[in-house]
Amino acid sequence: MSAAPAVRPPRDPDEAGGWYWDPRAERMSVDELRDVQMRRLQATLRQAMEQVPFYGRRFRDAGVTAADLDCPGAVADLPFTVKTDLRDNYPFGMFAVAREEVVRVHASSGTTGNPTVVGYTRDDVHTWSELIARTLAAGGLGPGDLLQNAYGYGLFTGGLGLHYGAELLGCTVLPISGGQTERQVKLMRDFTATGLACTPSYALYLAEAARDRGLGPDDLPVRVGYHGAEPWSNEMRVQIEAGLGIDALDIYGLSEMGGPGVAYECLCKCGMHVNEDHYLVEIVDPETLAPLPEGTVGELVFTTLSRRAQPLIRYRTRDLCSLIYEPCACGRTSARMTKPVGRSDDMLIIRGVNVFPSQIEEVLMSLPDIEPHYQIVVDRKGHLDVVEVWIEVAEEIFPETMGGLERFERGVAKRIYEVLGIQVKVSLKEPRTIKRSEGKAVRVIDKRKLN
Amino acid sequence: MKVTQLTVFLENRSGRLAEVADLLGREGINIRGFSTTEAAEYGIVRLIVTDPDRARDLLHEAGFTTHFSQVICVKVPDEPGGLAKVLDELASADVSIDYLYSISFMNICFAVRDIDRAIELLKDKVTLMTDDEVRAL
Repeated sequence: MSAAPAVRPPRDPDEAGGWYWDPRAERMSVDELRDVQMRRLQATLRQAMEQVPFYGRRFRDAGVTAADLDCPGAVADLPFTVKTDLRDNYPFGMFAVAREEVVRVHASSGTTGNPTVVGYTRDDVHTWSELIARTLAAGGLGPGDLLQNAYGYGLFTGGLGLHYGAELLGCTVLPISGGQTERQVKLMRDFTATGLACTPSYALYLAEAARDRGLGPDDLPVRVGYHGAEPWSNEMRVQIEAGLGIDALDIYGLSEMGGPGVAYECLCKCGMHVNEDHYLVEIVDPETLAPLPEGTVGELVFTTLSRRAQPLIRYRTRDLCSLIYEPCACGRTSARMTKPVGRSDDMLIIRGVNVFPSQIEEVLMSLPDIEPHYQIVVDRKGHLDVVEVWIEVAEEIFPETMGGLERFERGVAKRIYEVLGIQVKVSLKEPRTIKRSEGKAVRVIDKRKLN
Repeated sequence: MKVTQLTVFLENRSGRLAEVADLLGREGINIRGFSTTEAAEYGIVRLIVTDPDRARDLLHEAGFTTHFSQVICVKVPDEPGGLAKVLDELASADVSIDYLYSISFMNICFAVRDIDRAIELLKDKVTLMTDDEVRAL
């Protein structure tokens, strides 16, 4: 544990009501930002090449020499890093420092094969906390606030990541972790939690649990939520905000980059500010890997700029989104990333049509009065892909006659066809028969992969 | 003169209807009449019960989707043309009927998948009627 840095209050409320944790870094001019990036990039590339045998070989094979690293734009010629590179170098092969200098390791849930491991030096842990403090301050949280941290604690980066950042910011942290919904609702009220950190699906689940106990948004003290670790739509934001009576903000990160703190929304809710002074961001075509211009949807690629233990060069996140460089009303100068519209490896190809589960969710959420509990089941019958959308019948939408139920099914299927161009079969289910998530939501079951 | 009817959404899983009947029976709520309608994967059950408010609360707590609606219950003379008389009355005034079902609760007709097995299971426990007995009712 490093010496606790002095708590400093966030400064300069921005117009939208949030705060800056580090106004100098968050509002630096774009020219200055590019200088900082260039300097840090060169140090990172040199460190990776010299200290990580994997990168030494990679760069040599690609014909990259130390001299090439000093050219601006050098990064566009460097090879990419992918998840399997991390697995192949399991457990500690990607470290750029001696294991003794690593004060923390996290690991992803490795459902197949080895998990991906990520290491942090003492400085890395501190930088991570700084970035989370920025994230929380942008939603208006500061000293005196109480953050209910319902992200899982453990190998998953969400729990400890938010925890350290909130302490640095000067919040009181309630490290409740995920699950135990009954207790979450009780302590939220008893302790007057003003901030909530959890996955968006768990936020919805909590809102539902509160409602079941007769508690509406006015009965809950929370005013801002930080929700990440799984993709969610703006329609889902509306549901969370109404259910809990909060501003629901999206936060973005991935364990390979150190966890949450890579990008975050301010209260303008118009894209997530990328911490560009610590992560170099690119958008590339997932097929050709060519860089794409501003505003074009492609695969998000990051290069770490300050991570000491485990620098990663041009890491392919598989998340698809676009970048906005236009200045934000909040005064932060960083580029913003849009909500990921899907993943380049999750994209469902249904009879030749590219479909992202998020698009189906958007259609469902746009229907009046619908419960957001659904699941998409893809299967192959003969040579045809068959998509079923399971929806729970809530009392608000129960049409009470068979004709009404059938019209409802057809209406949803028609809407999905109009928007996505695919035929789906809608199946109505009883409430609470679709598995609820207390962690990441399983929205898609692709049986084609199992057959 | 309006009667409250309770409608329940049920997925077609075996035992689901029994759960509804058990739940109400355990709480002393008597089912006075009911009808079921089914599609391939789900169905709806319409119930006339002795305590609709409590029945709805119980089913809601148990996780069922329910709906209240208002219906009318008619005493139809048990003779040829008895039902026709009521239907004619409504038809001539252009009042359309969404559905109707009998709530005389003494004799119930079951359509089951395995009729022989059902008979085997029930024959010693309840009174099963023959074709002739039904006609003679």
